[in-house]
Amino acid sequence: MRLAATIDVEHSHVRFLGNLVLNLWDCGGQDIFMENYFTSQREQIFSGVEVLIYVFDIESVEFDEDLQHYRSCIDALQACSSNAHVFCLVHKMDLVPEHLREQTFKQRERDLRQVSLPMVITCFATSIWDETLYKAWSCIAYSLTPNVKVLEQSLNRFCNICEADEVVVFERATFLVISHSTRVEHSDQHRFEKISNIIKQFKLCCSKSAAQFQSMELRNSNFAAFIDYLSSNTYVMVVMSDPSITSATTAMNIGAARAHFENLFLAE
Amino acid sequence: MSVSSSPGYKYDEYGQNSSVPYSSSFANELGYGDDVVAQAAPVSVENKPRILLMGLRRSGKSSIQKVVFHKMSPNETLFLESTSKLIKNEISNSSFVQFQIWDFPGQVDILDPAFDVDLIFGGCGALVYIIDAQDDYSDALLKLSQTVTRARTVNPNITFEVFIHKVDGLTDDHKIEVQRNIQQQAQEDLAEAGVDDVHLSFYLTSIYDHSIFEAFSKVIQKLIPQLPTLENLLDMLVSNSKIEKAFLIDVVSKIYVATDHTFVDMSTYELCSDMIDVVIDISCIYGMADDPDGMAYDRGSSAIIRLSNKMVLYLREVNRYLALVALLREEDFDKHGLIDYNFSCFRKAIAEVFVKGAPPQ
Repeated sequence: MRLAATIDVEHSHVRFLGNLVLNLWDCGGQDIFMENYFTSQREQIFSGVEVLIYVFDIESVEFDEDLQHYRSCIDALQACSSNAHVFCLVHKMDLVPEHLREQTFKQRERDLRQVSLPMVITCFATSIWDETLYKAWSCIAYSLTPNVKVLEQSLNRFCNICEADEVVVFERATFLVISHSTRVEHSDQHRFEKISNIIKQFKLCCSKSAAQFQSMELRNSNFAAFIDYLSSNTYVMVVMSDPSITSATTAMNIGAARAHFENLFLAE
Repeated sequence: MSVSSSPGYKYDEYGQNSSVPYSSSFANELGYGDDVVAQAAPVSVENKPRILLMGLRRSGKSSIQKVVFHKMSPNETLFLESTSKLIKNEISNSSFVQFQIWDFPGQVDILDPAFDVDLIFGGCGALVYIIDAQDDYSDALLKLSQTVTRARTVNPNITFEVFIHKVDGLTDDHKIEVQRNIQQQAQEDLAEAGVDDVHLSFYLTSIYDHSIFEAFSKVIQKLIPQLPTLENLLDMLVSNSKIEKAFLIDVVSKIYVATDHTFVDMSTYELCSDMIDVVIDISCIYGMADDPDGMAYDRGSSAIIRLSNKMVLYLREVNRYLALVALLREEDFDKHGLIDYNFSCFRKAIAEVFVKGAPPQ
């Protein structure tokens, strides 16, 4: 459970949606490294950046200093990659008492938006202990997914054909929600990140038994949900509440849609 | 927090009817109220058989109870405060486990005359004694033998279970060593006290993995009079449907109430109980039909999960509290119409087992 402090910059590669490779640069937060980033390593680190994810610890007692470092990042980004998306995670929110969370976050968000001008940023309140982190990463993933508008149109058509309540598309490895189509409104605004979290937990458990899940069908008297692969890098969940539609029908529909979505994701 | 020395554990108001045969509690309130004519009036919580959780302070009793029966995440138990008075838990309404769990404060002294042994041990089915394996356990062992001796005189039918707890921090060798030491010392202490015919069962447990659920499953199974029948029914279902392994699991606590006679592989049990989590969690999101008081787990609950190793997990609702979770090979699942038919016979049989109730007194 104890990860060591990141020393300097750690590089890793994550495959996302199959043919996208995300180069993640995890930059250590120690002061001495931060100094280097803005001076000797500035060009190296801040050029060619698509997304900057800046993590703030809500419990930090040196918020002004944190803001200064952040401002230096924004300046460097403006200079070297002005088209980058900026996401700020206000993290460790589980340590804030629940009734104060909303206002604490809103205040931080205001401060950060102010400091980031002229760059427009998106802020999230996150914690590793609940599904909020999934929501943040889903948005980040959404901004990185190519053809997102085309995907949404296709999903809407697919949802109508299946007569489903809702259709959700996940990235296969991370189970982050990339897109969804909803025919029947649902009261729970946080359901997508909850589902990412639930399935991710289950995948972890499966790996302990040296197996992975391929597909799922679950139901009770009110609904049926089908989770199956949609393309080589995505999964789909189809939620139906019409009991007259058999599972075979939905399975066939998903099968028929696969070729279309596979092409969609491969196209540039 | 100061501990009051007054006997907060003397509950006279629950004094009557402390020993009730298990059978009558099983006949009622098992989810058959709608389908089947109820037998007697529902048995109140106070009269249900008890499981006592005892042990030194900070040994982990309340955490165990919260994690197993109240779905608390193990990390959150760090924030639980010390138990200062006896807590009786009514988990029987939502769980098949129709017992009261009595969580004692660690500093309860058995030998204190204010401790009403007749009341407490009289209606008790199992005494679970928890020993912190990461701490010095000599005191714990001393209290264990005192407790067992005392309880035995009041009620010779109590089963004694010792949980060697918090073993997540220990290496495998260390675990074996600790278990051996504790077992040896406990047997010696009991022999010295003149109580040699008592059988103690030992379990290595931790709330950070599945061992606590496995241990509780074994404890509960010893207290279910219908267990052999349930196991036989499961054996029949398993052999006739080419199922590899099947568990009858309580959906709230994830304790398995019965399984077929093939070997129980911990990872299979874990997988089955994780399946229940997924099904219930997703049903809570989509299966409530806009009714906040509705049930996520209902008569129509079922699930099929296909795994990459050519195995299939199949879940079917048995009654309000129990689910059958079966593991089969993919090729054997193809004819699942047949399996469904067998399952409906099984389900009817289970219903009959619980309604018939106890053998004649």
